[in-house]
Amino acid sequence: MLSPVLHRHCHLFLVTGRSEDSRGLGSFQDMARSISMEAAGLTLPFLILTFLTISAASSTNQIQILNAERRIDLSSHIVKVFLTLKVENVMTAPASEIVLAFPPAQADHLALVKAQAAIGKKKKKSYVHLDVNPTELPDAPNGTKYFSISLLNPLSSGETATLEVLYILTHSLEPFPAEISQSESQLVYFRDSALILSPYHVKQQTTFLKTPSTKVESFTRVEPTKFAGRELKYGPYEDHPPYSFSPVIVHLENNSPFAVVEELLREVEISHWGNIQITEHYKLVHAGAQHKGVFSRVEYQSRPSFSGTSSFKHLLASLPPRVHSVYYRDDIGNISSSHLRSDYRKSELEIEPRYPLFGGWKATFVIGYGLPLEDFLFESPDGKRYLNFSFGCPLAETVVDKLTIKVGLLLLIICFHDAVVVLPEGSKDPSAAVPFPVEQRLETKYSYLDVVGRTVLVLEKKNAVPEHITPFQVYYTFKPIFMLAEPLMLASVFFLFFVACLAYLHNDLSIRK
Amino acid sequence: MVTAAIMYWGLRFLRFAVHIREVCVLTAPFFASNTTLVAYFFGKEIWDTGAGLVAAVLIAICPGYISRSVAGSYDNEGVAIFALLLTFYLFVKAVNTGSLAWGLGSALGYFYMVSAWGGYVFIINLIPLYVLVLLITGRYSMRLYVAYNSMYVLGMLLAMQIRFVGFQHVQSGEHMAAMGVFFLMQGFYFLGWVKHLLGDKKKFEALLRIIVTCAVGVGAIALGVGTASGYISPWTGRFYSLLDPTYAKDHIPIIASVSEHQPTAWSSFMFDFHILLFLFPAGLYFCFKRLSDATIFIVMYGLTSMYFAGVMVRLILVATPAVCLISAIAVSATIKNLTTLLRTKSKVSQTGSTKGASGGKGSSKALPDQSQPFQRNGAIALLFGAFYLLSRYAIHCTWVTSEAYSSPSIVLAARGAHGNRVIFDDYREAYYWLRQNTPADAKVMSWWDYGYQITAMGNRTVIVDNNTWNNTHIATVGRAMSSYEDEAYEIMRSLDVNYVLVVFGGVTGYSSDDINKFLWMVRIGGGVFPVIKEPDYLVNGEYRVDKGAAPKMLNCLMYKLSYYRFGELVTEYGKPPGYDRARGVEIGNKDIKLEHLEEAFTTSNWIVRIYKVKPPNNRCYYAILKGLKGKALKKKLHSISVTYCLKQGNKYYGECHEKSIRFLKPANKEASLDRETDSERWAPPPQVFCKS
Repeated sequence: MLSPVLHRHCHLFLVTGRSEDSRGLGSFQDMARSISMEAAGLTLPFLILTFLTISAASSTNQIQILNAERRIDLSSHIVKVFLTLKVENVMTAPASEIVLAFPPAQADHLALVKAQAAIGKKKKKSYVHLDVNPTELPDAPNGTKYFSISLLNPLSSGETATLEVLYILTHSLEPFPAEISQSESQLVYFRDSALILSPYHVKQQTTFLKTPSTKVESFTRVEPTKFAGRELKYGPYEDHPPYSFSPVIVHLENNSPFAVVEELLREVEISHWGNIQITEHYKLVHAGAQHKGVFSRVEYQSRPSFSGTSSFKHLLASLPPRVHSVYYRDDIGNISSSHLRSDYRKSELEIEPRYPLFGGWKATFVIGYGLPLEDFLFESPDGKRYLNFSFGCPLAETVVDKLTIKVGLLLLIICFHDAVVVLPEGSKDPSAAVPFPVEQRLETKYSYLDVVGRTVLVLEKKNAVPEHITPFQVYYTFKPIFMLAEPLMLASVFFLFFVACLAYLHNDLSIRK
Repeated sequence: MVTAAIMYWGLRFLRFAVHIREVCVLTAPFFASNTTLVAYFFGKEIWDTGAGLVAAVLIAICPGYISRSVAGSYDNEGVAIFALLLTFYLFVKAVNTGSLAWGLGSALGYFYMVSAWGGYVFIINLIPLYVLVLLITGRYSMRLYVAYNSMYVLGMLLAMQIRFVGFQHVQSGEHMAAMGVFFLMQGFYFLGWVKHLLGDKKKFEALLRIIVTCAVGVGAIALGVGTASGYISPWTGRFYSLLDPTYAKDHIPIIASVSEHQPTAWSSFMFDFHILLFLFPAGLYFCFKRLSDATIFIVMYGLTSMYFAGVMVRLILVATPAVCLISAIAVSATIKNLTTLLRTKSKVSQTGSTKGASGGKGSSKALPDQSQPFQRNGAIALLFGAFYLLSRYAIHCTWVTSEAYSSPSIVLAARGAHGNRVIFDDYREAYYWLRQNTPADAKVMSWWDYGYQITAMGNRTVIVDNNTWNNTHIATVGRAMSSYEDEAYEIMRSLDVNYVLVVFGGVTGYSSDDINKFLWMVRIGGGVFPVIKEPDYLVNGEYRVDKGAAPKMLNCLMYKLSYYRFGELVTEYGKPPGYDRARGVEIGNKDIKLEHLEEAFTTSNWIVRIYKVKPPNNRCYYAILKGLKGKALKKKLHSISVTYCLKQGNKYYGECHEKSIRFLKPANKEASLDRETDSERWAPPPQVFCKS
């Protein structure tokens, strides 16, 4: 049976009925039957039901989830959830999409939802990427947010399919206590539901939580619950109607670096003379429990394992191979503590902020590097040029709250929070192809000797995680003749200057003869 | 600053996407290159083109000037030396030509100098002095009259437009010499005119006597009255200390405390000038040998600036152009003599071979001494010697520049045990920490040396900085640093200080830290507040930090902040914990407890330590509230706690519910502890509800 805590926390979803329609009625009867079954002997006295409009009801009742397995990885501050769903179409009409539901609090912190379907059996198994789009269902209870997964082939009656969903939550671990001193380790709350929130009936489900250490202060019990090693298991639970919810709180130790880039501006500057210059402006913050009181260097130096365990002082950025002229600096000059290791596959830049970052401490810095143009700029069959570059923050294990990329012609800028792509002067009609929704706009920037200015394509994304490091393309047209404009301009200016000097020296301009 | 801004906007206009920082970094080198051009023209003006060229070469690499003109030394001096040399050059040119245009140019140069650097006082005193010398030596001419008058009047009027200078030209004692010489010149000219009119020598002499006595009398009275009434301000301390090197030591410790204001050691002359030091007297000899208006000027410039360079290390900079010019004259003249010797000799031998050994007398004119044997070989040897010296000079300059002037002073570098380079970037670490992790309105107290750095790099308000004119203000900080913690806390509260920053080199062996500067803090503090007495910090006149140190020393704020928890640290193998590497002793007070401050940040090598000033305990407020009752009490309490809580960023205040019985939640943890420990003394206030 459930603990009283759960009763307090459970959300009630109101029931609204539209009984005129026969199908609606039918579905109502369906539900009523399931209610009676549950009520008849099984687990959930706080069962929640929703009646939806006819169409919604038809779509949500069409599917049932035979088996759901959820693995939540809490080992870093980025919560990764792997959800494996086995769905079945119980109605006659073919179903073309599956809907995932998220409570509003979680939906706000949702960085990414990806889905793939398994095709083939056992050894020949392969995965196909599926499109995931936010969607709305009418009468969503308590502001629930939905994402719909479009299936490759509509699911006909009685057919089953296995879907794998990965979604990533950021800022979902709440430090408690919110302030810790140097010698304490960091404890966090994780809130979720033991039951998967779903608009479908779920026959069987299990949830696993992977904790970063064996140290867990407390967790809500929803029997059967088991904690062993670094794994907390909720379930298996059988036969839960749509929108079942059973809040749980896990209070665990998590000393992984809570590195959050509040704002990241990546500027990608394309020069058709053979170089891409990337400048990344970071606003880094330790988003874990706030540091309070004294910072003692003696303790930090002499007892590193007990002192400031949640703090961090290194960050690793993975840069593309063949990177050159790397720099790492901030407002007051070069930061001398960084190491670059590079081989033909990738380059790794290990950077060390000026001081170790404790909870709430901030650091801002800039990383810049150049890349050979031929690795990233290509020509498409229709004569347009396109830049193929990776979106996202090169720092390992960081969340970016706002990323901007700016790409410019000669200057193309790209951002995770804010990406900017600056294209070369004279380039026209830029357009970007990014595999996930971003905000786009155009700007103009003036660089060395620019007359008309460079087109800058700005891409903005909120809440980016390392999984967003995927290639994106920027297409634009560019006439190579524009490359020569500036050198020619300079040459003619100097030529005119010397001619003027010659003229001055060879003519006597004095008034008196 | 204005110069850099103009350059920046100019470049921006031409679509050069430069950053303002890049412009600032390159301002000094840009002006230094202009200086070499001016040096060439100056050399050409006073001697010949050869001397000009050599002067340009010498000044281009002279360490004394490079110290202020390396890229990144964005200082007034970099621009000022250019302006100084330009003014002098244009003035000498004006004197030589008697042209109003050059005089005007020189006035403009002077105006630029005034706007750039306080060292313009040197110009306004040197030029009158030079004019006076010319008058006395009977070299007075119409050219001089035109040059000086146009330069002085225009320069003065222009300089008055600078706010910083204002009416000092007519009011301050430092500018009186120029004015006196100005009147003297008018008098001189007037006398000449009268003499011309009278034509009679006896009458004129009588008149002269009367006029001179009258003029001197009136001048003296005017000066006396002006000084007495305060209209003409007396000389400032810095000026006195220039004339009398021992003055500052006795009277103004703050000036004496700056290392740049110390008298120059021979080694630093050698370091900055190298062979120029020996060429300088030689150059003077050549100048005297061929005396002209221009050479007199350069001789005077050289001698006076050399004297000032001896008084203050910093003024080596002013002496550098003069030394370079005079040395260039020496080098150029020597080499010229030697080469003419060589050339004529070969000519002679040529003519000798054709016309016979008897030779012409005409060629012997160019040869000073025909009789000397091995003259030709001697000349070659001397030439090689000169080239050797010059190449040594070039090598020395390169070495000095790379070793001493190329690395930023804020980043310290040392050699590790394996010969590798170790970088101590602690200053910037601390400043950036301040910038990022303290409230934007935090006020930092530190010794004034770090004021500019904290302001610029840490972006925080400081109590005193490098441009603090108010001596009392600096003394207050000195007093806080040298008091016991309780007294210092009162001072810090009154100054509204949030953080205290000290520089400590005990771990790394960095010797210019606050403990070594501490005696100056005591002296400066004691100079204004007699409470602070220097002997309290000394033992038998000795300054120590180990067990034998004075008790006041061991418990003053600076000592506590520098050595807090240092006693637990082993700095060197085989030494006891708490071994101070900068002073090579084990510290005397290892058990330091801080009551009103807490360690906020210490950099990785302990060079900079930042402490947070704790807010006062809550019981302070109970004293304020004692007599109040009812609504008045409620109001007062509310206002206090709101302002107080906001100030401290208090998190607890928000939790104050209407129903809470105890109103005063602790504002901070430290205060809350007091409830338990001081329960007897602590009387809780009457029960109040907040925000009712």
